[in-house]
Parts: sequence; C-alpha cells; structure tokens
Amino acid sequence: MYGSTNLSEEDAKRMNTTVEDPEKLEAFESRIARGEKIEPQDWMPVEYRKQLIRMIEQHAHSEIVGALPEGTWITRAPNFRRKLALIAKVQDEIGHGQLLYSAAETLGKTREQMLNDLINGKSKYSNVFNYPAYTWADIAVIGFLVDGAAIVNQVINSKGSYGPYCRALERICYEESFHLKQGHDNVVYLATGTKHQRAILQDAINRWYRPLLHFFGPTDKQSAHSEKLMKWKIKLASNDDMRNQFLDQYVPKIWELDITFPDPNLRKNNDGIWEFSDPDWDEFKRVINGDGPCNAERIAVRKFAEEAGRWVRQALMNPSEKYQVPLA
Amino acid sequence: MSSLDPRVNRLDFKKITDGETHTNSHLITWEVFHQDKRGKQVIHVGIVHAPTPDMALILAKEQYARRGKTTNLWVTKTSDVYTFATEDEDIFETTPEKHFRDPAYYKVRDRIEKFQKQQKQTV
Repeated sequence: MYGSTNLSEEDAKRMNTTVEDPEKLEAFESRIARGEKIEPQDWMPVEYRKQLIRMIEQHAHSEIVGALPEGTWITRAPNFRRKLALIAKVQDEIGHGQLLYSAAETLGKTREQMLNDLINGKSKYSNVFNYPAYTWADIAVIGFLVDGAAIVNQVINSKGSYGPYCRALERICYEESFHLKQGHDNVVYLATGTKHQRAILQDAINRWYRPLLHFFGPTDKQSAHSEKLMKWKIKLASNDDMRNQFLDQYVPKIWELDITFPDPNLRKNNDGIWEFSDPDWDEFKRVINGDGPCNAERIAVRKFAEEAGRWVRQALMNPSEKYQVPLA
Repeated sequence: MSSLDPRVNRLDFKKITDGETHTNSHLITWEVFHQDKRGKQVIHVGIVHAPTPDMALILAKEQYARRGKTTNLWVTKTSDVYTFATEDEDIFETTPEKHFRDPAYYKVRDRIEKFQKQQKQTV
C-alpha cells in the first residue's frame, strides 16, 4: 500500500558522503538517465541498495499490517457481496506484501530478516495503519481514500529505476484499482443511504482526514532532501506534490456526495495548489514513534502469528535445500 | 490489550516469547511461469517461497492466478535456472546490426524494374 521515500537525517548525510568507484557510478547513473532499469545482478551503489531495501521492505510491511484493520471487519461485513469483496481485497494485500518482500529479497535481505525487523521494530510500516476501524464506514473510507492515496504513490514509484520493484508495482497497481472501485462503491452506497449511514460515513471521514494528510510524509520544507534519491529514480515526486495530486483527485469525489472534510481551510487555489490547515505534524511524529492507538496491537498480532505458525514452517523445512537469492 | 477485533481479544498474548521467525527457516524460492491461454507461451511472472514443488504450485495459484484467465502454471527451483552474467550483455550487442537476417533487408524491386527497362530498350 505504501512505499515511503522519506530519508532520515543520518541517511541523507551518508548518501552525500559515501564514495563509490567513479567509473562504475557514472555508467550506473547514465543507464538510469537513459531510462533503463537496474536489475539485481547489476553493479549498484551501496546507498542505492540500502535505500531501496528500506523503502521496499517498509512498503511490504505496510501491505501486511494494512490488512489487519480491514481483516477485522470480514466477519462483520453487512452482506455477502461486501464480504466477498473484502476477503478478496485482504488476500490481495497479503499477496502484495509477498511480491514486495520478493523484490526486496533480490537486493540481498531475506524475507525472514525483514519479518523479524517488523516484529522487533527496526523497520517501519505506513503510519496510517496505526489507526483503528471503528465502524463499517471506516472500511469504506480505507478502501476508497487510503487505497486512493496508496495508488498515487505507487503509480509514481512504478516509474522508478529498479526493475523488480517496478514489476511488482505494476501488478499491484492493476489489482489495487479494484480496491479503489469497490471502496468508492461502498462510500457511495453509504452516502446515498439512510441518515444513519450518512452519519457514520461523515464520522469516518472526520477520523481519517488527518491521517490521510500525514500519509505522504512531512512537508517538503520539513523533510530531509536528497537529490541523489531523485537522480537515482528512487524518489520520483516530492511529498507535497503527491499530497496535492491526491487532494485534487479525491476531495471533489467526497464533496459531490455532500460529505465534508473537518477543515474549513481546505480549498483549491487558482494556481492548482490545495490549501489545508496544519494537520498536526507532532501527532504524526508521536504515532510513527510508537504512540498511536493501534501500534502495540498490530505488532502483537504479528508476533503471535509468527510464533503460532512456527511449528508448521519448521515441519515444512527441508534442510538439504540451499537457499539462493531470487533472480528477478 | 483490548481490541476492536473480537478475534484479537481471543488470542492468548501471554504465550508470546520472542516472536521472531528464526532466520534458519528460510524457504527456497521457485520461479513461476504463467500461461493465460491454451496455445500461448508460458511467461515468467515472479517467484514464490515453498518447501516442495506441490506447495510452490499451490502458492503460485494463490499469488499469480487470482484473477483473469489461467490455463496453467509452471514452477522451477530458482537454483535450477542458468543465466548469462549481466556484464556479458554485450555479446548480444551486434545482433540488431545483422540486417542480413531481416526479411526487409532483401529489396529487389528496383533491380527488377531497372532490368525490365533495359530489356525494353534492347528490344
């Protein structure tokens, strides 16, 4: 659902100081400038590899953890048709997680290492999944707007330079378009339904508004820059640009249903830029550092699954097989 | 922990010790090939992790045949795939220059017309 291209301060510093073989670096960079993809067996700068692993891994974790709030509602879907769609969506998300783990694995970090780093908190997942789904309307809003935001991000990232990640994203975007459509369908049904249905939808939109603004990461002014990430086509658009594209595509689709966002300052200026109130970036930092409503539960559920399933994995292991890094 | 999810509330979290996956349990990977129509080529689509070919096929079905048409899936161990080294990619560099392998390279119409013109003149 989400690949964060935001750099930490230390990473940004290291990216500008690590020295690489100039000849190889030049060949690598000119290949990217020509629009060619980099494949796993190619030479690549240490920091390119590192940042890609971090980003793809974080994206994979987001798919897996993102399925948790939605999975909660499978047993309580309002009818069979919605239940089938939600099961299919949740299965897709887990499948996307696996595709992304595979893509990251081509860079030399095993799936097990990544799963461990999710559980022990070394690597992050999208902050948006640390919020709970109180009602069925939250599921509608997640399906429409959270997936909508994710698609903005993923379509942009699929134009990146790393072959395996781009291939995974193309498949993912194709499948996520179904998530978006069923989410929109769900939102429209609630918005055009009874008074109560409209009320729970409005409540859900009010709850998700800020997390959705947080979704694309801190403002460009606040975030650590790296021209190298752009040059290497790991990052292809700035946080603010992606956020603006998202607002442009989706705010009108909520407004046309006579549903509002809890922000009197939300509007599009004549220059095409959306304006909005400060979405409380301190809250964003607090939640990302573990203090959100669901952080502890998400990790506990993953830990439980790993431990409860360990005996199955062990029974399946064939110790004579030797693991090899996948090719593509 | 109190969750909105009744299933989560039923889990016995006290049982958790370290929660880690244990890194020695890394399953091998299988390259997956997909055919969408009888008579069409089987095309590489990605990988799955599995202990046996049977499991690899089951997982490949879940991962790569969830929607759209599928007639068959193939899997093979990643370690059984042989490839050229990427730095040897230049061995294919001159192939597009081999115009003599290209049907469009063989243009005889001009020559025929010239010949026919000459024939007429001599008659």
